[in-house]
Formats: sequence, structure tokens, C-alpha cells
Amino acid sequence: MKMKPAPDEAPGPGLLIWYGNIHRRRDLWWRGSALMGPGLLWLLVFLALPTCGLVILSLAQRGDFGEIHWVWTLNNYQRLLGFGLFGWTPDHIFILGRSLVVGLVTTLICVLLAYPLTFYIATRPPKMRTALLLLLIVPFWTNVVVRTYAWMLLLSPQLPPAKIAAWLGAIPSGSPLFPGSLATYLGLVSTFLPFLALPLYSSVERLNWELLEAARDLYASRWQVFTQAILPQTRPGLTVGVIVTFIPAMAMFVVTDLLGGAKYMLIGNLIQNQFGQSRDWPFGAALCLALMALTMIGLRLYRRWGRS
Amino acid sequence: MTGQIELGLLVAQVQKSFGSHKALKGVDLEVREGEFFTLLGPSGCGKTTLLRIIAGLELPDSGHVFLGGQDITRLPASKRQVNTVFQSYALFPHLNIFENVAFGLKARQIGPAEVRRRVADKLEMLSLDDLGKRYPHQLSGGQKQRVALARALVNEPEVLLLDEPMSALDAHLRAQVQEELRRLQRELKQTFILVTHDQDEAMVVSDRIAVMRDGLIEQVGEAREVYSRPRNQFVAEFLGAANIIQARRDGGQMVTSLGAFDLTAAPAWETGHLAIRPESIQLGEPPADDRNWVRAQVCEAIYRGQSLDVWLSPGFGQDNCRVRVRTNAKNHLRPGDQVSIFFPPEDLVALDHQSDAR
Repeated sequence: MKMKPAPDEAPGPGLLIWYGNIHRRRDLWWRGSALMGPGLLWLLVFLALPTCGLVILSLAQRGDFGEIHWVWTLNNYQRLLGFGLFGWTPDHIFILGRSLVVGLVTTLICVLLAYPLTFYIATRPPKMRTALLLLLIVPFWTNVVVRTYAWMLLLSPQLPPAKIAAWLGAIPSGSPLFPGSLATYLGLVSTFLPFLALPLYSSVERLNWELLEAARDLYASRWQVFTQAILPQTRPGLTVGVIVTFIPAMAMFVVTDLLGGAKYMLIGNLIQNQFGQSRDWPFGAALCLALMALTMIGLRLYRRWGRS
Repeated sequence: MTGQIELGLLVAQVQKSFGSHKALKGVDLEVREGEFFTLLGPSGCGKTTLLRIIAGLELPDSGHVFLGGQDITRLPASKRQVNTVFQSYALFPHLNIFENVAFGLKARQIGPAEVRRRVADKLEMLSLDDLGKRYPHQLSGGQKQRVALARALVNEPEVLLLDEPMSALDAHLRAQVQEELRRLQRELKQTFILVTHDQDEAMVVSDRIAVMRDGLIEQVGEAREVYSRPRNQFVAEFLGAANIIQARRDGGQMVTSLGAFDLTAAPAWETGHLAIRPESIQLGEPPADDRNWVRAQVCEAIYRGQSLDVWLSPGFGQDNCRVRVRTNAKNHLRPGDQVSIFFPPEDLVALDHQSDAR
């Protein structure tokens, strides 16, 4: 039997089949716009417009009382590069560089911890897997500030960690284990480990173990098994994990402020200062854009590595 | 003989359990150097576990594996001169075909010129020359299978293990690949061990076959031997169709419900079963001495192209259609036809029911 399409459904230039349904091209366009609209609007209002605002703001000038003078100047960027009233200083560049290093080191430590962790979880029986994943997510239920204060308590002079460190002669007895590098990285890594471990876990869970066996069968060393069989398979999860760890880790200011002390002035702290105590919004905006640029460059480099 | 075994593979009393499930219950096996050996059995019989133990991907609970006279039971997979073609091929998706094949050579730090030469050689041998730059996802199933084969063979392993490598191919391609594999093994004179549940495949490729059931080996022998002289009912029925006939020994003769049969070799038991292949039973006119001849009536005749399968009822009733005969497709038989069938004494096999009952 021959099926004759009804006249108004006749296949024509205005019609198309999408997932088995026939649509009018124009209706589909409207439907797509309606679905994407709210998200786009959100991004426009809360991301695109504020960013434009930052750009404009960064070209303005702080007045003597913290008010904004709308004069077009590159002063803020010159200051950022170290050219100030009293000649050139590398302070801001140091802070940017330090932020970069702290972000990278935190991400690296998280990666090194997340691989064994996710492999351990993925190889447990299903019930235990769910429980362990839950444990990994639990820290999200408390605020970062609260968790950071918990670290301060834990590292206080009366408790074993500080006592052992004092006994080893690493710190004078009676003093806490913070502020300092150890405390900063403890805080940062414990904050960001779930960010890296969860996306990585989604890749590890779907791992094709036969490829690991094939690599072993073909005389690969443990390192070659990792680089040739594990890394390529887990790269999607690792990429997401690295991005969602590196970007916020670089801009972190709560943890570094509380656990790092003066030595750990990072770009995040600096920006916070400009919008807070210093009331220098234009310079803060310039710093924000510098951080954004740095992040973009980092991602670009990572993408290049990811492709090779 | 002894020399051959010393160079080949020896599996001694290998046991392996997964939880409460005993996958292997003390397997003994000898694979001679340069032979095409097949582990044949239904799924869950332990054949893949045995293969993985030989590959070094699984550790036996007890027992030993010797290769070339050396105990390799506790040698890691990466140190064994044994390579595997995996069931799903397990090609590295991020490496192209050349790099996949070169993997084992590069891992052993063989020089780039040598790697290029040997990989090119194997790619050519398996007609993959043009595909070196492609990636696994761009290949067909048959091509992937050949890449997996090349990747293993390029290492010149002492034993090549094949874990159901043909199960993902369609029937037509499978038959072609089986013959290719057979030819390849003849050319290379390397030891191949194949795992399969397909008895046709086993017979096409193998020098010798080990039939496995429930973690033990039931019978080892050449295809002809295992097929025509099955040790027990399991082997008889797993390797194709078989007529199983209950029998009682009475002097030199076997008394059955079909009549009395002569055998070339009388069994040790008093009562048991006889087996005969459908194609061994002959149709014809009984001679004056009609020993081993039976009168029967056709219940059903199924035309299969290369043969005619006939279900027969012995005697004259139509209610007992239990004898299966495979005869020349040129014969024309219709239900109700009266025929005489001959059970050649040399093709009647007395089965060992003790080994079935374990």
C-alpha cells in the first residue's frame, strides 16, 4: 500500500524530520530559541554585561575618597605591571605569578591524590562505591569558611600535628601549624579534591580494563600502562576536573587569607582588597581582567596539551 | 615427543576459584610447540579463565604453568613471551594502526628502524598495508581483528592466545577468517591457542582440540578423533548431533531397543550408552547377513542444501521418531516411507558414563 501524505504535510522546503518527527523549519527554530532563551539571558545579564562593565570600570580612575572618576586611562594597567608613583616594583606581577603557582601546585597535588582515590572507589562493590562517593561529597555540605576554621583548630598548638612538628623542630613549641605553606595547601587541597575527583571518577568508572590488560600483555611497564591505557581513557574527566580546580584555586582568597598569612597574598586577596578596604574599584576591575586573561591562557595551553 | 613438550606449554593441576565458584578444578594440559590448539566448551566451562592464566592476566590458586620448560606461573604478563588477541580486540583508540601494532616492540625499547620494518612486515602479511595511518574507530570489525592479530604476532610470541576472536564477526566473514588463521599458523609455525564455543570453528582451525566442561578437560585429541570417537555423552553432543542409544552388553553383542548391534570394541560396562553420528548411519538394502541393519519409517525429512536430515522411527510405528540420519541431499524421502538403515560397527562408540556423571 502506498502512503500518500496529506496535502498540508507534503514534504517541502519548509519541512524537516528531526528525531523521527516532521517539523516546520520555522517552528523548530522558535522552539530552540525558547529552550535556549532563559539560559542565554542569564549569561547575558550576569556574565556578559558585568564583564563589559569591568572592562569599562578598569579604564576609569579612583578618586581620593574611593569614588570613581570616569576618565579614560590605562593607569590601572600600568600599575598592575608595576609602574607606580615611586618607580617600578614587581609586586603585582609577583602576586599574579604566585597565584599561578599556587593554582598549579594545588591542581597537581589534587590530581596525584585523585587517581588512586578514584581507582579505589571504582573497584569497590557497588554499595560501598555509593557510600564512598557520598563521603567525598559531604564536604560540599559545609561552607568553605567553616571548613577552613576547622583546619585552624586542627592545626592549633595543643593538638598532635603541631606538637609533633614542634618535637621535630620544624616550628617553635607552643605555636600553631599555620600560617604557612603546609596549612595553605592542606586547606586548598582538601577544598578542591572533590572538584577534581568527581569528574575524574566518572571517567574511571567507565574505564575499559581490557586495554590495561592489553598493555600489560604487550610488555608495557606500569608507567606505560598509565600513559597509554589509563590517561587517554580518563582524559575527559581529568580535563573537566583540572579546569574546575585550577580556576577557582588560583582565585581563592578565603583559605589563603586564613591559613596562608601575609606570605600568601594571592590575586584573589588583592582583588578582594581593592573592592573592600582600599575602595579602588577601577584597579580591582583591572586585576579581575588580568586574572581572567591568565586563566584563558592557562586553558588554552591545557587544550593544546590535551589535543597532542 | 618429550622434547616437543619441553619446548611447548604445560599446564599442571591448575585450580582457580572465583568466590564459591570453581572455575578450574585441576586442569592438566600439554600443548606442543608449533601446534594449533583449541580449548572448546560451552560458556562458563573455564576455558577463558585457563587462557587468562596462561597469559598471566589471572593467578591460579594452585598448580603450575610451564613454557619452554620454565615455570611461568608467577611471571607477570609483561614478562611472558605470550601475546593475546582479545575478544573485543582491545585496540588503543588514541593510537593509529601502525602505533597499535608497534606498541609491544616500543615497550621493549626496540630501535625505531627495526620497529618500522617488523610492523610493516606484519601489516603486509595481514593485508593492512594501507591502513597504518587510520584509527581503530575507522576500521571494520574484520580489519580490527586483523590489527589485533598483527599487534600480537609482531612480538613473535612463543604462544599466541586467541580469546574467541571471531565471535564479533558475521558468519560469512568468520568462515573466511578461520581459514586465513589456519594458513597463517601453518606459515608461521608458531604455537596458537584458541578459545571458542563453536565446534565448527574448532575443527576448521585446530591440530588438536581440548573439550572442556565445568572446569575440567573432558577429552583431548585431533578433530577427527574427538568428533568420531567421543569419550562421553557430553563430548558427543557438544561436537554436533549424535544419536545416543541405551544398551546392555550381552556376550559380544550390544542389545538395544533397536535390536542387537555388533561393535568393533566391546566396552567395559554392562549397561550404558552408545553414540553414532547421523551421517555415519547408512541407508540402503540389507544384505543376507543383516546384522546391524534396522527397518525404520520416515517421520520427517529436512532439506538443508548440503544434506538431507531425516528423523526415523525404528520398526513400523510413527510414534518413536528418535533416530537422526544425515544423508545425501539428492535422496528423496517423504514422511511415511519405509527404509532400512545400517549402523556400521566401527562408527558405534561406547560412551564412558562415569565421566559424564561426575
